[in-house]
Amino acid sequence: MKNFIAMKSFTATQRRQTWLHIVLFVIALFELKAFGFGNLANAKTTFGFTLAKEWVLIHTWIIGSSTGSYLFSIIALIAAVAAIALIALKKRAGFATAITGVALMMGFLCWAAAGKFIPLTGMLQGSLLLAVPLVFGSMSGLLSERSGVINIAIEGQLLAGAFASGVVASLTHKSALGLLVAPLAGALISLLLATFAIKFSVDQVILGFVLNVLVIGLTDFLYKKLLIPYQATWNSGPSFSRIEIPLIGKLPIIGPIFFNQTLIVYLMYLIVGVITFSLFKTKWGLRTRAVGEHPTAADSVGIDVNKLRFRNVLIAGLVSGLGGAYFTIGSTGSFSKEMTSGAGFIALAALIFGKWTPMGAVSAALLFGFADNLQGTLSIIGVSIPSEFMLMVPYVATIIAVSGLVGRVRAPKADGIHYSRGGSH
Amino acid sequence: MKKFVDRALGTALLPALSFVMAFVISGFVIAFSDSKVLKLAGSPGKFITTALSTVGNAYLALFQGSVYDPNLAHSHGFLRGFYPLSETIVTATPLILTGLAVALAFQSGLFNIGAQGQFIFGAIAASYVGFHFALTPVLHVMLALLAGVLSAALWGGIVGVLKARTGAHEVIVTIMMNYIAGFFILWILKTTTFLRHGRLDPIAPDVNPSSQLPHLAGANFRLHAGILVALAAAYFVWWLLNRTTIGFRFRAVGANAAAAKTAGISVGYVTIATMALCGALAGLGGAVHVLGSEYALTADIAGSFGFDAITVALLGRAKPLGTVFAALLFGALRTGGRTMQSNTTTPLDIVLVIQALIVLFIAAPTLVRFIFRIKNLKTQEALASKGWNG
Repeated sequence: MKNFIAMKSFTATQRRQTWLHIVLFVIALFELKAFGFGNLANAKTTFGFTLAKEWVLIHTWIIGSSTGSYLFSIIALIAAVAAIALIALKKRAGFATAITGVALMMGFLCWAAAGKFIPLTGMLQGSLLLAVPLVFGSMSGLLSERSGVINIAIEGQLLAGAFASGVVASLTHKSALGLLVAPLAGALISLLLATFAIKFSVDQVILGFVLNVLVIGLTDFLYKKLLIPYQATWNSGPSFSRIEIPLIGKLPIIGPIFFNQTLIVYLMYLIVGVITFSLFKTKWGLRTRAVGEHPTAADSVGIDVNKLRFRNVLIAGLVSGLGGAYFTIGSTGSFSKEMTSGAGFIALAALIFGKWTPMGAVSAALLFGFADNLQGTLSIIGVSIPSEFMLMVPYVATIIAVSGLVGRVRAPKADGIHYSRGGSH
Repeated sequence: MKKFVDRALGTALLPALSFVMAFVISGFVIAFSDSKVLKLAGSPGKFITTALSTVGNAYLALFQGSVYDPNLAHSHGFLRGFYPLSETIVTATPLILTGLAVALAFQSGLFNIGAQGQFIFGAIAASYVGFHFALTPVLHVMLALLAGVLSAALWGGIVGVLKARTGAHEVIVTIMMNYIAGFFILWILKTTTFLRHGRLDPIAPDVNPSSQLPHLAGANFRLHAGILVALAAAYFVWWLLNRTTIGFRFRAVGANAAAAKTAGISVGYVTIATMALCGALAGLGGAVHVLGSEYALTADIAGSFGFDAITVALLGRAKPLGTVFAALLFGALRTGGRTMQSNTTTPLDIVLVIQALIVLFIAAPTLVRFIFRIKNLKTQEALASKGWNG
């Protein structure tokens, strides 16, 4: 027993995961004490579940604020203990962890929105929307980094895509043309990234940073020079409207969140699916991973390392450029200065948080989208936590993730290292 | 002497050529986005002259706004003509310090993107000491600067500790900490301690006169003693790197961490010390900016000093003297850019394009060599950061 408590027989991963759940357990205890037994005797929290014309299961769910916090804290406590038990038995604990997290969040919401209304479905729909550019960006990073080229230029690619699609859609009055141009703009930045990184062996992190500055400078310049003075022709493009998918779009809760979105969101599902499949099930995927982990070995079996990397970086640019279109034709239609506001960097964080795997990155992007939207919702209903601290959550979470508290985060082995035959430098 | 001239030419040639190319390309951007120029696309002769005059006027305004303005000299006397130059130095002062924060990190093999956040913490602490206490003048300035340095050194040191203890990559951690610092200053300016009495917009009270850095050239110029602090810091970094054991260890780890470790140097210690020192330098930049020219802390106090610092350090090849010159150049571009924006139709933001292009070309000497057909263009070893696993 003493050995068990000291976690002596545990592997490093088990130990780390156990600590994580102990922390979650303590948070749940705190929530129970502070909110469950708090002074919200008569307040009630209302959760809204309906948005528009979907089939309705329940409209609203009203629960006493204290009761809710109490209930969800207890669920979180049990789930955390279950997770620790599963870890000790060397079983997968992901599901129990998810329950712990969701229960903690619900308990918090019951308390935070005491006496108020929380549009739960609307909040989740908004979260998905905020996650869209992050998903595109992290997929772009994934494509490039799994083959061994660090892509810090995601921000620049998104911004270039947003600018190009907004301007072209505005000049031609066709949002479809905007959608066509956006990936090309992203790929243009990628072309610079690939040429300088692979051909001239410039340091990739420095290069990505400089490319971001270049795109920010160019778009800011053209925005002031053309888009503001000639707004009617240059910056008043059309935007996509939502398309509801028949039948599944009518499903309660899930329907409005996932299946009543714009074309760009549906393209996102497709791209995530294709990338996840191709990376692990096709020849291209195997080669990409080989080149990212051990280029010399890949070269020795006849794979042209730098050609594959060049191509992957270009595809990465196409993907994040398309993601950029979300900002303009995917929402209001018009472009504004530096409108990506760091989404490229959060996408990078999501990629790392998700340990360079497609599903991990998408989950992280959704989580960051949720954190961002939660902050917005809570500041609208007026919660006493300063919104600035809510906004810090994704960034703090990323630091915790890269510090290895959640599990060892390891980049593809050859990521960022220039390859030349006969020795890399 | 000849050797020295050769070396100077060799070192200066690549930056000079990059500089020329950046201005030429930006010139095309300026010309081809100008509605006056574009309307003349039908008549080639007029098109070219208009394009040239548009670009020429923009660059002339850039120069007048950053070095010498004959109009000011005409109306207020010869010396006042150099008012733009004094403004350039005021802008360059914090840039030198943040640039050094990035350059020093490069020397230890670290890529410090966090100068922005470190600057913010330096500015917050200096502002607090500046407006909250009333002390004797010299002591007050010293204490305010020290507060800025220490708080930013702590903030930067966190990155070093995380890297040394857990291997968390400094690029990711500093990017994230910049955002956290950005939100932190938004929050702190809403607190009753910092929000200026009677104001709703985020602005702190002015620092007390006793904590302000003295002006160097009279009341007509904003030029303040901060530039002396910045130059002293540059000298300090040079001395540290080239004349001390600690500096030798920094450079050893930067050149080859594995070899340094074998030689008995503690890489973890160097990482923590470097990041704390970098934080200190950037924080000093924030403190000097508040105490020398701004006086009041605002949410946008850091502007883009922390981000421009990276291009400054890259242009300065991570050397202290190079960083000083690069900061003066970019300070001039920033200052002149404002004049260019108000006097011509060319927005300030072209300056970012020029900066990015200069650094891009300098980072790729092979390309410059290829374009200008120079066979033996002397270049130093390229600056590099380490990949995610480094």
